[in-house]
Amino acid sequence: MDTRLNKYSKQLIVINSIFILFWLTISIFPFIWTLWGSFKVKADFFSRAEWTYALSGFNTLIETGATTTVKAYIESWTEGEFWRASMNTMIVTVSVVSISLFLGTLGAYALSRSTYKYTFYILIAALIFRAMPHITLVSGYLFPFFQLNIWGILPTTIIVLVAINQPFTLWLLYSFFKTVPKELDESALIDGCSYFQAFRYIIMPVMWPGVVTAGLFSMMLAYNDFTVTALLLNQENYTMVPKINAYLGTIEYGGNYMWAVSSVVSATAPLFMIIWFFQRQLISGLTAGAVKG
Amino acid sequence: MPHKTFFWFIFPTGLAMLLFIGLPIVSSFFQSLHIENQQILMEVENCDPFGCTTNVRVDVEATEKLKEENPLGRFNGIGTYVDRNHLAFDEIGEAWNSSSSMGEFKDTVLNLPFYKALLFTLTFCFTVTPPVIFLGFIVALSINTLAKSIKGLIVFGTILPMIVTPLIGSLVLFWMIDSQGIIGASIQILFDDPNLSLKASSNLTWITLIIYGIWHNTPFAFVVFYAALQTVPQDPIEAAYIDGASRFQRVRYIVIPHLYPVATFIMLICLMDNFRVFEPIIGFSAEGVAQSLSWMIYQDLRNENKMLFGSAGATSMLTILGIAILLTPVLIRTWKEFRTER
Repeated sequence: MDTRLNKYSKQLIVINSIFILFWLTISIFPFIWTLWGSFKVKADFFSRAEWTYALSGFNTLIETGATTTVKAYIESWTEGEFWRASMNTMIVTVSVVSISLFLGTLGAYALSRSTYKYTFYILIAALIFRAMPHITLVSGYLFPFFQLNIWGILPTTIIVLVAINQPFTLWLLYSFFKTVPKELDESALIDGCSYFQAFRYIIMPVMWPGVVTAGLFSMMLAYNDFTVTALLLNQENYTMVPKINAYLGTIEYGGNYMWAVSSVVSATAPLFMIIWFFQRQLISGLTAGAVKG
Repeated sequence: MPHKTFFWFIFPTGLAMLLFIGLPIVSSFFQSLHIENQQILMEVENCDPFGCTTNVRVDVEATEKLKEENPLGRFNGIGTYVDRNHLAFDEIGEAWNSSSSMGEFKDTVLNLPFYKALLFTLTFCFTVTPPVIFLGFIVALSINTLAKSIKGLIVFGTILPMIVTPLIGSLVLFWMIDSQGIIGASIQILFDDPNLSLKASSNLTWITLIIYGIWHNTPFAFVVFYAALQTVPQDPIEAAYIDGASRFQRVRYIVIPHLYPVATFIMLICLMDNFRVFEPIIGFSAEGVAQSLSWMIYQDLRNENKMLFGSAGATSMLTILGIAILLTPVLIRTWKEFRTER
């Protein structure tokens, strides 16, 4: 590439840097502020008198004897039973990711290798399914689930989340398998493998980059879901996000508000760490979506 | 691949999608044609020394029995669709006849729950999307100029608002704009008005929600634009440079035309995603002044003891209709792409 093209004037560099700093402040600061505030008491995080109290921890010092406190964390994890919610989130996330990858790889592999016309209609149907707002699906679940008496438990929610997740997983893995050369498994077929064997021994070893990306998106859906979990689980089985909302619903005493703040931090931190590691896959997945609709 | 093998490969995922996406839509439609059972009333005569009085009471036993026999309620046809809480044809007709001016008519209609929610949903959709595309493009352009060593870190910072779930994202912002939070308090000082609160007026709440929407959606537009920027051909840019085009002219006449299809894609996805706006309304506790279609469904279903399946079903069907309209261009696009591929 010609280097002259990428020479920037000093002004441009300055303006650009200022803009990026400004943008980063907007996107990151709210999280840093919440992290900082979660170690204070409510009177500081929401300080009527003087907002700098949130920085200095004026009331925190009076109430607890130090400028930072982990009281909200300890209380929400024990008394607030956030441990249970996080365990449920773990169960739901791990199950949803593994089941939906298992179903998705099989389906997407078949779609990418079949030359018949119906693959096209299946993909279009998946696209339509993907666009359905989750809440409209939930309104269809509730009545049958009550009748069948399977409402409120984790397995139901897991299967529902897997199904909701399938269209996107199928599309993503379909475009990934299209990039895997056909000759690979065709040669195995000629050597006498069945399609399942070809999938197991030829495709599985090379599919991990695509699977990681698809798994990341399944994870984000299961981990972040509010609509499905809030309406399909009973209070006891709540995952983290509906649990946080439940803390807010009960503001009889001031402590609960800080429970929500500290739980937001507890719930967000692991997610950010995972994304930090898999950032490249996340972006490649989003881009694949852009190319393939 | 032979049909039989294909079938076994696609069967598990197809079954999951049919059972839990296809069937619920049908079930939702079926529910929307029914309405909750009426309570059975009975007259009870109470006699005391001063005479007899008749009271009307709910016959609990008979109501329970009816509910057991007919859990979905009684058939109502399209009654739920046209009732006051949905399309409200009667109310609109009445308003048309009784209103003296267009403005009055408009006010009456937009006070009906469904139209109120539709107005907010559409306003949200169409005011969030253009700034998202614009901002996403600018951020992508400026991050693209950075040195490779710091790009990763900055891209990570940029995509954070998109990663967190809307409920948490809106809560985080909500706590800051609270009149006792950092931004809320600063605004009060800035405008020297101790009673100013972003939660107080409905206009300010709408603006807050829209700003949240832009904050949440821009990273997505950024990522897609950023990836597309890597595919811009270098030759025409170089040629333009030799011909003396300024940096702005190169972006305006070469880069932007190259990105048009990508921008259309972002716009459609943004419109579709924002049409289901729901979690921010809960996060910002904005139920009072801003309702969306999805929020209406949630409201019908959240009460465990008295769920309005019929009403929720009808709103769901109308929402799906809206999505279908927004989805048509995407479908046509995919259709064409597929045709050319073969």
